[in-house]
Amino acid sequence: MSAEKELWVYAEQREGKIAGVVQELLSQGQVLCEKSGYTLCAVLPSANGAELCQELYNFGAKKVYTIDDPKLADYQNDYYSRAVAQLINEKKPEIVLYGATTIGRSLAPTVAVMVDAGLTADCTELDFDVEEGNLLQTRPAFGGNIMATIICPNHRPQMSTVRSNVFKKTKLSENEAGEQISYEVDLSGVPERMRRVEAVHEADDNSIDLNAAQFIVSGGRGVGKPENFKIIYDLASEMGAAVGASRATVDAGWISHHHQVGQTGKTVCPVVYIACGISGAIQHLAGMQSSDMIIAINKDPGAPIFDIADFGLIGDLNELVPEFQKQIAAAKAS
Amino acid sequence: MNIVVCIKQVPDSDKVTIDRETNRLNRAGVPSIINPFDENALEMALQLKDLHGGKVIVVSMGPPQAEEALRTALSLGADEAILVSDRKFGGADTWATSYTISLAIKKIEDVDLVLFGKQAIDGDTAQVGPGVAHFLDIPMLTYAKGVEVTGDTFKVNKVTEDGYEIWDVDKPCALTVVKEANDLRMPSLKKKMAAKKAVIPCWGVEELQPEEGNIGLAGSPTKVSKVFAPPVKLNKEILSGEPDEMIAELIGKLKGQHIL
Repeated sequence: MSAEKELWVYAEQREGKIAGVVQELLSQGQVLCEKSGYTLCAVLPSANGAELCQELYNFGAKKVYTIDDPKLADYQNDYYSRAVAQLINEKKPEIVLYGATTIGRSLAPTVAVMVDAGLTADCTELDFDVEEGNLLQTRPAFGGNIMATIICPNHRPQMSTVRSNVFKKTKLSENEAGEQISYEVDLSGVPERMRRVEAVHEADDNSIDLNAAQFIVSGGRGVGKPENFKIIYDLASEMGAAVGASRATVDAGWISHHHQVGQTGKTVCPVVYIACGISGAIQHLAGMQSSDMIIAINKDPGAPIFDIADFGLIGDLNELVPEFQKQIAAAKAS
Repeated sequence: MNIVVCIKQVPDSDKVTIDRETNRLNRAGVPSIINPFDENALEMALQLKDLHGGKVIVVSMGPPQAEEALRTALSLGADEAILVSDRKFGGADTWATSYTISLAIKKIEDVDLVLFGKQAIDGDTAQVGPGVAHFLDIPMLTYAKGVEVTGDTFKVNKVTEDGYEIWDVDKPCALTVVKEANDLRMPSLKKKMAAKKAVIPCWGVEELQPEEGNIGLAGSPTKVSKVFAPPVKLNKEILSGEPDEMIAELIGKLKGQHIL
């Protein structure tokens, strides 16, 4: 067991590239380590760890535990969970943070039961209680109707998953110093029970990932008809935003379910969420109310979406959305 | 082929209140539904059964009234239902829940596939499926939208952030299922009648023989320390008037906050 206490960030990589959420987690890790006195570390299972360490140092990792193995080139739940759990059992970190990505949400719950750790999903705030030595993990529940702060008093590590865009990125420099610690895990004893045969990246009219998007322009029933989604797409493309949609429009077949935001769709937290013609049913609010800023465009002044909006524009979206696009284009040009 | 589908009865999230003394949910009087994602898991199982035969067994852990959810599943075509319920299981977090459900599944013979919805809409954790799979020591994939039987393995289509992946997974395995997998069928009148009369066994501590320290509140590493209402927006601005003026004002604000 190491003498100093450690906070780990799971350094998720895909095809040899570190996921953006890792930089955000390290940045919040800096804050938590300042409070707790813990050492900020990253754990990086991959096939090429050495090449990826510098980026992790630049966001504050003092140590990077690399676990290199050809079997760890691409995510495979059995191999990855074994590798990470073994390292946790040996080094005993106090805290481990994961991105709430499709990978993080497979790995973290598997590792949690392997190492008897508590795990809190989709935290929107992480703080440290200096007196008790506990991580304070706050998350929305029941469609965002309540917030709960979860602690894990008697088990270590304390583990959380966090969505993209919840924490801001703080890069220290381009050439921070750090220490790479290579760690060997013997995966030969792990039975090969699943094999990835194919990985397909699908392009769409708007292929920006809703989960990672900084800006989202979303359309609801107020868009009126499927053809009108064009103005939503146009504004999104002007802003470099992803396109979202309410359940009503997806159920009506106006737009594909890939775009659905809400309790039975995707949960997002962009910097700016622009809700166009969305009334604001609980089912939709649950998926987007953690957004930093919410702009609502709706002709009904009584629409519940205005209750949670930072800026509300009462009017016809068929006029407001193209005008918004026009003025953004003008602002960019000036 | 025998398929276990784990379903959760959840309160309709619009109508939930919180007991401020205990930080627990007041479920009394709140209408209950089958977790919507679990319906997709159930439909996936029923479709596999239509193609390949076998049995669909639904399992639900919860208070005695979770039996209603199981009866609904029977009316849709599930063959057997098991309620996992005991006062001692109360207060379980995802760790203790995963452990407890895994004990129930271990008692069911010749299971080829264990299905879960991708997450429950009350807790939204998405953690129990992977947890159960580990306790059962079977391979697990999250976010499945399709599955085919190919001899001794399953060919699984799994959703990723920007597309999908095809995996070849050994039997038995566990999957968590996304909404886009399918739409749930309607119940048949005949099955509805039968479901009403079905005897649903209830498995508790006596049947499952869990290790004491692994169940309920005591077996849960996470504790709720505080529950509170989400913060209200204080500085909201509602604009109305001419479109070009409203947008100009909005853009001014966004620039002022360095967002544009």
